[in-house]
Amino acid sequence: MIRRTATAVFRKDLLIEWRSRALLTRVVPFAVLVLVLFAIALDSEPLVLRAGAGLVWMTTLFSALVIVQRSFELERRDGALDVLKTLGVDGTALFLGKAAALIVQLLTLVVILVAGAVVLYGVNVEPSALVLLVTTALLGSCGIGLVGTLYGGLVSGTSGRDTLLPLLLMPVTAPVLIGASRATESAFGGDAIDATTAWAWVGLLAVFVAAFAVAGAVSFGPLLDSDS
Amino acid sequence: MTTITTPTTSRSTSTTATRVLGTVALVLMAWVVVSGLFLTPADVVQLESVRIMYVHVPSAWIAYLAFVTTAVASAISLFRRHRSLGFDRVAGASAEVGVLFMAITLVTGSLWGRLTWGTFWQWDPRLTTTAFLFVTYVGYLAIRRLDGTPRQRARRSAILALLAVLEIPLVHFSVVLWRSLHQEASVLNTDGDVRLDGLMLFTLFSGVIAFSAAFAWFVVHRQRVAAMEDLRLTSGLDVALAERRAEAIPS
Amino acid sequence: MVDVRDAVVTMAGFPALAGATIAVREGDIVVLAGPNGAGKTTLLRLCAGLVAPVRGSARVFGLDVAEQRDEVRSRVGFLGHANGLYGELTTRENVAFHAALVGASRDEVDAALHRLGLGGRLADVPVARLSAGQRRRCALANLVVRRAGLWLLDEPHAGLDATARRELDDTLLAASRSGATIMFASHDLDRLGTLRPRIVRIESGCVTSDSSLRKGAGQ
Repeated sequence: MIRRTATAVFRKDLLIEWRSRALLTRVVPFAVLVLVLFAIALDSEPLVLRAGAGLVWMTTLFSALVIVQRSFELERRDGALDVLKTLGVDGTALFLGKAAALIVQLLTLVVILVAGAVVLYGVNVEPSALVLLVTTALLGSCGIGLVGTLYGGLVSGTSGRDTLLPLLLMPVTAPVLIGASRATESAFGGDAIDATTAWAWVGLLAVFVAAFAVAGAVSFGPLLDSDS
Repeated sequence: MTTITTPTTSRSTSTTATRVLGTVALVLMAWVVVSGLFLTPADVVQLESVRIMYVHVPSAWIAYLAFVTTAVASAISLFRRHRSLGFDRVAGASAEVGVLFMAITLVTGSLWGRLTWGTFWQWDPRLTTTAFLFVTYVGYLAIRRLDGTPRQRARRSAILALLAVLEIPLVHFSVVLWRSLHQEASVLNTDGDVRLDGLMLFTLFSGVIAFSAAFAWFVVHRQRVAAMEDLRLTSGLDVALAERRAEAIPS
Repeated sequence: MVDVRDAVVTMAGFPALAGATIAVREGDIVVLAGPNGAGKTTLLRLCAGLVAPVRGSARVFGLDVAEQRDEVRSRVGFLGHANGLYGELTTRENVAFHAALVGASRDEVDAALHRLGLGGRLADVPVARLSAGQRRRCALANLVVRRAGLWLLDEPHAGLDATARRELDDTLLAASRSGATIMFASHDLDRLGTLRPRIVRIESGCVTSDSSLRKGAGQ
């Protein structure tokens, strides 16, 4: 039952995204633009090269705010969330479905941004670091996607949601930002971090993902009910 | 027991218990001020600036006490049907007072760092985590101010508080790991090389007790004010009901 | 089927329902009539399990709306002022989503679309491009495909032209004949047409009259 609902919600969200192409036509250009602007603002090639990993994840974080807001806005617009609640749709299933759709979108974004960093910042990725990079991208996207869905649900429908979501989301995603940036920096060939440390960061990300996957699954249902 | 802990007059929120608590807090504070400023010796290395410790360390302690109180009260509020709103009010009151002490911790820590090392901020794990805790709680207080029924407010903020319990250790561990890369951790600990003699230790200890008493006093009063606010909402219900029924044309 | 007794429901402290009592039998068609702000929407939301009474009781399908809320919600079809549709998806995709949630088959989706006159070309148009009446019907198709036993509709006729209203009434009658119980709110009783429902008046949060209690009152 949960899987059926979660799958239906997941496909619905991605179908809407595909139909409107908002991610590809608006969010991705915005994110790439941010990468460019960062380089201009920092105005120093070695600095930018070193900061590349951090900039990728910073940009992903900011873009995530937009994607999360949108994900809940389309439920709110025609009272769709209300209708879902009237069905007695399981909160856990709704959470997993929406989070999964969000993660897919974030992963797409991260891949594009990493490509952007390679092109714009002159980053070099060794084939040996590819596993690390892919794992980090996956876990980082999951981390941001899970907390994004959770906190997005917390503020959805409230009057303060536009300004409240960034305030709430930024502290929580700090571990992901730190961990993903450091691991990606290692994958980008940074000397400061060796492989063992990089994988330790990956471990931290995995713990984060596990913790918030459980927390979200458990609390999303009660969260939605607090609106009625 | 209820006469001691329940307000007897409708105009104030104080009771015998809080008056005793308040007096104890005041006396201890006075002792800490006198001892901290005049009686305890200056540090060999840090000289007089070590005295900030008497404010900074207890504040940090209270900041985390407030965090735990909010978390526990939120958990009880979520999982108990009976009197859950009361525990939610405690959680909210504790958060308000806690944010104040977090700010004090950050400011005094920053000043202490400036005096000792010349810079206001040093990314040491304790201070950084407190900064994150501070922002998280500002967000928590913001969520509490959104419109909705007391029950909605209780539910939302309780979940947020419990998520914070998950978040803060993760943040702390990330920062510790992060700073360990730069191998500066041992150097940045402002109170790491302060030798504490008997009187200093005792003053510090009394400071913790004094601040805790003050914290409890603030929270009890704030919680009672909140209870009165909520009472006003519900007692208005009977009046509103009567008015609304009177509007209806009898069948 | 529906048994509400002296229910008080508050919205931000204000008693939207101030002690409402109503009983609906299976297969009834009931219209809640009354001015704006009377509490019709709140009563419907109460029966849908979306709000809980602070005083009194409400039972639907024999289940308590506060204690067994999820069960109540899963068996009830509620349609508020908003349709709950996703504008970027087509009619068929919207109904298919609801079908997927309850495990209904593609045939049931087609049947629901057909029953509401949304088959053919309309099925593949993004819902944002449909007229108000067509969107309403799409929302009802969602209810049909979910096999809801109790339909709670908040002013379903609002914003519809005469043809659309007739089609809506036909849909409601057909649903009623298939066994659904229907409660809907309206503040325009003159245009009930073929429905001939039981009329329950609500004013200031209370039920003030009920046509089924008046014997021989043309019902």
